[in-house]
Amino acid sequence: MSVELDVFVGNTTIMDEEVYQLWLDGYTVNDAVKVRMEGGVMDECEASKDVLLSDTMDQYRTFQMCERLLHSPAKLANQLLFQIPPHRQIMLIERYYAFDDTFVREVLGKKLSKGTKKDLDDISAKTGVTLKSCRRQFDNFKRVFKVVEELKGPLVENIRQHFLLSDKLARDYAAIVFFANNRFETGKRKLQYLSFQDFAFCAGQLISNWTVGAVGESSIDPSYNMVEDMDVDLDKEFLQELKELKILITDKDLLDQHKSLVCTALRGKTKVFPEMETSFKNLSRGLINIAAKLTNTKDVRDFFIDLVEKFIEPCRSDRWTAADMKLYLTHYTNSAHILDTFKHQVVWDRYMGVVKSCIFKMYHD
Amino acid sequence: MPGKLKAKIVAGRHLPVMDRASDLTDAFVEVKFGNTTFKTDVCPKSLNPQWNSEWFKFEVDDEDLQDEPLQITVLDHDTYSANDAIGKVYIDIDPLLYSEAASVISGWFPIYDTIHGIRGEINVIVKVELFNDLNRFRQSSCGVKFFCTTCIPQCYRATLVHGFVEELVVNEDPEYQWIDRIRTPRASNEARQRLISLMSGELQRKIGLKVLEMGGNAVVGYLQCFDLEGESGLVVRAIGTACTLDKLSSGSAPNTNTHMHPNTAPASNACNSPSKDGKEPVFVEDLPSSSGPPTPFRALPTSSSSPPPFSPSKPCSRQSSSSDTDLSLTPKTGMGSGGSAGKEAGPLRTLLRQQTQTALEQRGASSSGLLLNAREFPFFTLTSFPPGFLLHVGGVVSARSVKLLDRIHNPALGNTRSYKLLDWNSVTADEPETRDAWWEEIRQEIKSHARALGCHAVVGYSESTSICEEVCILSASGTAAILNPRYMREGCLDIGCTDHRFEDPSPPSCGFCHIPYDELNMPFPAQLTYCYHCRRQKVPDVLFTTIDLPSEAAVAGKGCLIQARLCRLKKKAQGETNATAISNLLPFMEYELHTQLMNKLKLRSMNALFGLHIQISVGENMLLGLASATGVYLTALPAPGGIQIAGKTPGDLSNEHISSIQKRINDTIAVNKELYQINPPKLFALDPEVFCGINMELAEEGVGSPIPEPRHRSRLFRSHSESSDELSELDLSHGKKDAFVLEIDDTDAVEDIHSLLIDAPPPTGFYSCNTENMPGISNWTSGVQMFTSVRVLRLSNANLTNQGLNKIFTDLCENLLKSFYFKLRSMIPCCLCHLNFTVAVPEEELIQVTVTAVAMTYDKEQTQEKTAEKPVNKGSLEAEEQLQFPLELCADSSSSNIQTASKISGVAESTNISPRAASVDYGSFADRCSTWLELLRLKAHTIRRGSVKTSRRTQSLAHSVSSLERCSPLQEGRSRSLRSSRSFGGSSVTVVKMTPLSFLPGIRIIKYLGIINMFFIRETTSLREEGGVSGFLHSFIAEVFAMVRAHVAALGGNAVVSYSMKECVFMENPNKNQAQCLINVSGDAVICISETDQESSASTANTGQTGGGGTDGAT
Repeated sequence: MSVELDVFVGNTTIMDEEVYQLWLDGYTVNDAVKVRMEGGVMDECEASKDVLLSDTMDQYRTFQMCERLLHSPAKLANQLLFQIPPHRQIMLIERYYAFDDTFVREVLGKKLSKGTKKDLDDISAKTGVTLKSCRRQFDNFKRVFKVVEELKGPLVENIRQHFLLSDKLARDYAAIVFFANNRFETGKRKLQYLSFQDFAFCAGQLISNWTVGAVGESSIDPSYNMVEDMDVDLDKEFLQELKELKILITDKDLLDQHKSLVCTALRGKTKVFPEMETSFKNLSRGLINIAAKLTNTKDVRDFFIDLVEKFIEPCRSDRWTAADMKLYLTHYTNSAHILDTFKHQVVWDRYMGVVKSCIFKMYHD
Repeated sequence: MPGKLKAKIVAGRHLPVMDRASDLTDAFVEVKFGNTTFKTDVCPKSLNPQWNSEWFKFEVDDEDLQDEPLQITVLDHDTYSANDAIGKVYIDIDPLLYSEAASVISGWFPIYDTIHGIRGEINVIVKVELFNDLNRFRQSSCGVKFFCTTCIPQCYRATLVHGFVEELVVNEDPEYQWIDRIRTPRASNEARQRLISLMSGELQRKIGLKVLEMGGNAVVGYLQCFDLEGESGLVVRAIGTACTLDKLSSGSAPNTNTHMHPNTAPASNACNSPSKDGKEPVFVEDLPSSSGPPTPFRALPTSSSSPPPFSPSKPCSRQSSSSDTDLSLTPKTGMGSGGSAGKEAGPLRTLLRQQTQTALEQRGASSSGLLLNAREFPFFTLTSFPPGFLLHVGGVVSARSVKLLDRIHNPALGNTRSYKLLDWNSVTADEPETRDAWWEEIRQEIKSHARALGCHAVVGYSESTSICEEVCILSASGTAAILNPRYMREGCLDIGCTDHRFEDPSPPSCGFCHIPYDELNMPFPAQLTYCYHCRRQKVPDVLFTTIDLPSEAAVAGKGCLIQARLCRLKKKAQGETNATAISNLLPFMEYELHTQLMNKLKLRSMNALFGLHIQISVGENMLLGLASATGVYLTALPAPGGIQIAGKTPGDLSNEHISSIQKRINDTIAVNKELYQINPPKLFALDPEVFCGINMELAEEGVGSPIPEPRHRSRLFRSHSESSDELSELDLSHGKKDAFVLEIDDTDAVEDIHSLLIDAPPPTGFYSCNTENMPGISNWTSGVQMFTSVRVLRLSNANLTNQGLNKIFTDLCENLLKSFYFKLRSMIPCCLCHLNFTVAVPEEELIQVTVTAVAMTYDKEQTQEKTAEKPVNKGSLEAEEQLQFPLELCADSSSSNIQTASKISGVAESTNISPRAASVDYGSFADRCSTWLELLRLKAHTIRRGSVKTSRRTQSLAHSVSSLERCSPLQEGRSRSLRSSRSFGGSSVTVVKMTPLSFLPGIRIIKYLGIINMFFIRETTSLREEGGVSGFLHSFIAEVFAMVRAHVAALGGNAVVSYSMKECVFMENPNKNQAQCLINVSGDAVICISETDQESSASTANTGQTGGGGTDGAT
């Protein structure tokens, strides 16, 4: 005697959020039943294991049928097959596109290709995220990447419109797309301490300041606002202009002047002032060399590793506090404005604005 | 040329990729009506084509308009090979044919393919221009409204109820035509879908014609069914109640002043005289023989049980089964009763009488043709009536007959005439063995049963079949009743002479319980007492009916679903042997089912069953019986006694064993009383002295016997060999009077008793019923969740016993219920209403159970409020006064009774509400509220309403609010920003609510748009790839729902009421990786609005309806 067929269909599609999460996390039906039993759901309504199994199977089937729609979330709202109230639709989409930070950290900056997909089982083993879930997340990244690749206009907005995601999630996806597109190196040992959210923040900074579509660029005419990949590629012109900043380290006078201005401002305000004074030149050279090299795609990829090696690590070994760092960078940036012979104020601000906030974000243990 | 049909194809969306190379589709559309076809242009390389076609115009007879569906086929253009079909849409244009209903059909329809399911959607606009033709109603019946609802529809008033209408149409099943061997399964399925659509249209038109001839304008309680008879054809049949309905202007109260004339003058003759002839013989001849045994036996009054093989209860049977085949010489009725010793004379005489009577009536009928034939039966498919309409209820009447299908193969159905519809009424009018005649026979039987119960009408009438190979069981059942003569026209029913009782109007709260039959000439030995409400008339001790609980009825506590389940193995056999075997089994099954129902009713301490539906399903090697009903405690009826267990002989089983079972039973009864809050105001009504105002012995007596008459004992016998010897002994050992005695004489009986106790009560917060109204609950909130569930069990063990099978079947049903409770736990407190179980034996070792029901939330706190406001005074004088209220103001009694019940039970209830509320997951039920913000508002509203806030309640509110926060996926501010920033592509899908009930809580129906009657076939040759049988059926049912919703939305509606899934035939062949399923659904499409304009729960429901689009952001 066995149950041959067992279905339950509601006019309003019944979805249990807990089971949905288990499904998303890649649990098998039997494992999900186990988890639910441990969760104590059986005590409600005097359910038995069979009841739980039947319910879980039903829900899994429903989710599988919905999955196709979730691949293009806009369809979910005007499909007729499932009657799902709007706030549930939002939940379904949001959870489907949610990802594990540990997983995304592994693929961040990697090419979203078949090759990477083959490595997913290794990543699964490393992160403890089930392979099924890894695949879903990876496919989500790839899907979003493919769609926005062909679209004009602002990246975050495009993602939000096409995938009906929350602002936060759309920004995260923008970061993933941005990293994947520019292939930033994030996997090096020295970068391991950084979380996805650190990178996402930096990506946000880069997108909104260094790309073609970056806001506040009055020099760019309005029609230019709709070019392809405007948020995905860095502004080439700007990268070119960054070379001009080299004067700050090549011109001896300027370098000394800059140093004295910064030191005057900092004196007495921090315990690590002596260290700051001694390492000023090194640090300044580091930052400006990074800027000057950004025209090279290879060096763009190493942007974060360079920031860590050339700036963050020296500071850390000198035991700067985060406040010290803030103080230093603020004065370092502002002092350049007072330099009479330094003409590249706009580029300087655009560069240092981003670098400053990136370093703030990245300066932790 | 009385009508012009116009159709416009606007656009398509989400089309499937038909061209692998380009990943696109070159779609065009064929629009077909009758024999005319139009085509749109090809819209190249698009999955979202915009055709925006011209108006395709069809000039057609209105007859065709009624019969034919508009057929829309979407195809993929292919230059080199044949065009590939993407899918089809059938649009029933009937709703456009009457003026009040929809004026245009416009919307997105799912494109359906029998192999692939839904493949995208198409936007279509359809209009009809009807010319004013004087002859319009001659051949067609445009304008007659159809309602599936089995009560007078909400926005109408019945000015006249004309009576029973029926019709059936027969055709060859395309699947069994020779051509089926060479055509594709798709073509075959489509032929079937189209044919059934045509047949339903024709059937509806013909019924409409009958209604017009009777002078009516509507059919209420329209029940259409398919019989897939296989080789011998396909029958579409329908019954309904013809009415003249007046549309109520909004706001005016529904008028209860309803007239009826089910039988007009000529029919009344046929009805009147034989009833006099027929009634007396039954009583005179049968009664003595039945009361023959000296035992003070009393069995199952007023309800019909099968003719049990055990003679004592024979006379109470108003049911019979027969196997009428050409060669069969077995008597028409009372097949099963032959076995009873010394009783042969009874059934034979009955048979003779019935045959003569039938002959008499047929003579009368044949002279005036078909129409009269229809009127001959004072049957009503309605299950609930306007107040005052229903006077007395006699009990359930039912009839079954077993037929052999291959015997009636009609030569008129040539196998090459594919789509020509043949009407058995016209073609084979003088052929005796038509299906019409079969049904006629059964209806006659029902009628005579009703008459034997002293009733002139049958209400809550329905018909059904079960087919296995060439054997077909036809069943009909209803409730014998007396309807108010004041609402009749010129005394057409045979009540004129009945007696004086009817002149004295009975109070509505108990009147329907009063016996309609003559006390001295009772059709069966029943135990009568004076009504516990008015004390003026006699009532039976138990009442079984197929109707809904009348709204004015006085009940105590809440109702509950009661099911009797039974399996009987039978030998595999062919033809006549098989039919005989089945008809031999039927009475035993009915008796068993009946015993189970009665026991379970007693176990729940209730005394009446409503909505009784007994289904017997036939398979190759077994018969399945399932009886479902809603049990309730009617305060007008005596309190049920307990159940007494007695051993056959003292030595048989140890006394401890018996007493332990007895204890369990008593405990269960006590628990159930608590659970269903049955605290009847029994003593006040009973005791004459109390009635006179003197307080005596208020609290002494327990469940005991309020019966003023000699003490009776009801007994259920387990076997033939039962004799009256043990009586005295029993009397000594069990002091309780009026107890129901269960005899334990063998292990089977022990098993039965155990299985009685297996039925688990629903978990806290849940109630269940199979009727329209849940007795004891009326304060519904807006949460509605309709669902369909199908479960198929494979019996692996071939050597099963009846007992083993029973257990398996019972567990199957119980587990289904448990699953529902679990799945719907987030709706607590809630009630599963209209639980409709259908059983089938699709293959030798398979049992299929299909359930459709609706879960509705109710406001538990409201009941609590009342408790808080009025403190409970149990057993005090004050309580007595309150309880006497219903006696004086009978009209209000039902509501006040509910209050009383809740008052008394309130204390116990409130203690367990807070932990319950804490675990409620409101967020997961969107039907209730579309966003959690609104929920908060709703919650706040509830708080406002509560005038008395106990700390406990506030606490529970806080709990539920916090649980909301937990389950809401987004923070408040976040969700706000989300909704404002997100667009859902501009298009919104109308939310369509569905319910098997005739109403939606808190929502008023303002317009009925027409009947939805759809038939779909789905087939797959890649079962595994579609997720196995469950995956296949799951998506098919979801697709059917989607198509129903789309059609309703296109008519401009936002809900389906009286929804039912009539058929769900599932066949599989896993070895071939194939499966097929047929589904037939029906219901009434309506437009409804929330009852209150205030910002309350109703407004939430409203937003839910408009949801999906930009409107959502605005809230």
